[in-house]
Amino acid sequence: MSSEKDYIELEMLARKGRWLAISTVAGSGAGHVGGPFSAMDILVALYFRVMKIDPKEPRMPDRDRFILSKGHSSIGQYCVMALRGFLPIEELKTFDKGGSRLQGHPDVTRLPGLETSTGSLGQGLSVGLGIALGARLRGEKFHTFVMIGDGELQEGMIWEALHIAPRYKLGNLTAILDWNGLQQFGWVLAINETHRGDRRDPWSGIDLRGIFEKLGWRCIEINGHDFAQIVPALEAAKASGESDQPTMVIAHTVKGKGVHFTEGKHEWHSKVATRDELKVVAQELGIEEAMA
Amino acid sequence: MKALRDVFGDTLVDLGKTNPNVVVLDADLANSTKADKFAVAHPDRFLEMGIAEQNFVGVAVGLASLGFIPWLSSFTVFFTHRAIDPIRMLVAQTHANVKIGAAYAGLMTGLTGKTHQDVQDIAIMRAMPEMTVLAPADAAEGEALIRWSTEYDGPVYLRLARDAVPDLFDKKYRFTLGKTIMLRAGTDVLMISTGPQTVRCVEAADLLAKERISAGVLHVPSIKPVNKEEIVSAAEKVKLVVTVEEHTIYGGLGGLVAEVLSEALPRKVVRFGIEDRWGESAPNDYLLERFQMSAPRLSERIQKLAG
Repeated sequence: MSSEKDYIELEMLARKGRWLAISTVAGSGAGHVGGPFSAMDILVALYFRVMKIDPKEPRMPDRDRFILSKGHSSIGQYCVMALRGFLPIEELKTFDKGGSRLQGHPDVTRLPGLETSTGSLGQGLSVGLGIALGARLRGEKFHTFVMIGDGELQEGMIWEALHIAPRYKLGNLTAILDWNGLQQFGWVLAINETHRGDRRDPWSGIDLRGIFEKLGWRCIEINGHDFAQIVPALEAAKASGESDQPTMVIAHTVKGKGVHFTEGKHEWHSKVATRDELKVVAQELGIEEAMA
Repeated sequence: MKALRDVFGDTLVDLGKTNPNVVVLDADLANSTKADKFAVAHPDRFLEMGIAEQNFVGVAVGLASLGFIPWLSSFTVFFTHRAIDPIRMLVAQTHANVKIGAAYAGLMTGLTGKTHQDVQDIAIMRAMPEMTVLAPADAAEGEALIRWSTEYDGPVYLRLARDAVPDLFDKKYRFTLGKTIMLRAGTDVLMISTGPQTVRCVEAADLLAKERISAGVLHVPSIKPVNKEEIVSAAEKVKLVVTVEEHTIYGGLGGLVAEVLSEALPRKVVRFGIEDRWGESAPNDYLLERFQMSAPRLSERIQKLAG
């Protein structure tokens, strides 16, 4: 089991990851912030604590697999991969530039360490299902994690995977729902409606957990920004790899989490921070300006 | 004379005996596509994925990443229309080793009508980078293409018609990617066709010979990639080129030939196929008459053009 001290280290990495993401997007002049920030703590937990991976051998056959199905949060994944040693931190500056390995959306043909390409929403869970099914056919013991977004969950293709995975009893498959409650534009809040974001939660009033459970998923519900909940949940999911049920980690998150002016603001789905805003970000995240 | 869907099922069964990586994914049509033969022979490697074609494309990509050779089996229309986005992003853009067994291509789909007739698939798949697009004419060529596709490392779209046609080729048939096949030499007109339509073109060439019109037939089993020089070389010998396909005249084989010849020769190209309209439920003979694709209708249309 992890100790509280470990979580302090993970928290620091998540702050660095957020800083790298928002400053990289600012440098490129385009990119996403809200989604990478809501996913950041889970990404750090996966790459630094939960998954069996080796940055020196990204294609290691028995590695755990991770697919970021909500591919527009790519910069979040790239920053965590850079911190973990899959690529030089300096390379983040090439994000979204011509010839870069760091495409706007994850491109498996360019960057070792990715398992497939994502970007058009709703597709990653199906690939993860195929990998987990293949692992079962081969007798491989690794685990496959797929992160999906709550906005993305509106895509029909995800629901195809959601009802097929339990049929094949894929305990070696874990979906992580980054339920940040906001999408790019979405619906306006109803009169007197309050919620953690400035727009309506896409699944407001819907018992997603009940639906997932009825479909056959084992559900673990967590605060997606509390490592003391994230790490045990992901480790429990991985530990049940030989069971006959896939796991859905329902992570309640805040879009834009980590900086006061990005939190809960749908407009920060994709937005470029100004120089002045970056100063505030660095201060709030406790990042030395020198790191920029 | 054996239907391509039976060739599909039987060849996969045979491949499954020697290649443990071959798996077949079905979207609840196995008894139509004849993938059910594989289900009986290799039940552990037959993966029923239900009526959910987008998902099964993604699942195949995941399986391919582990070294499996997944054959997807469904109707053409559900690949090129319903599941086209995962085919684009997950299969073609990543060059995944996924084989698309697209059954019931073209007009003659067993009385299912326009909802199940796919006459746009060549145009759609031909426009997709990294996709190999193949369309066999008969049983021998079908078996060769299924075997070749299984060996090839990368995405393949295999366009399979439903019903049996007379044999053009025999067991000695060998497939070469990109290569066209000159079945008949002709000096007046050249028919260029693909899939089982080629059989009807050969019959039309016989009818035209009786009318003293020398018609050649160039068969194109490999639509992408294709050896453009062979098309140019064949077209150089005639004044008129006619493309014939069970497909819309926009963007398919006719489009391909027009593109190649307008840059290289040019030569007059007339495209026979489905004009800007949908099909309907009807027996094959009716459909061939309605769309003027039977051998007698082809012969008549070419006589008018050549006269």
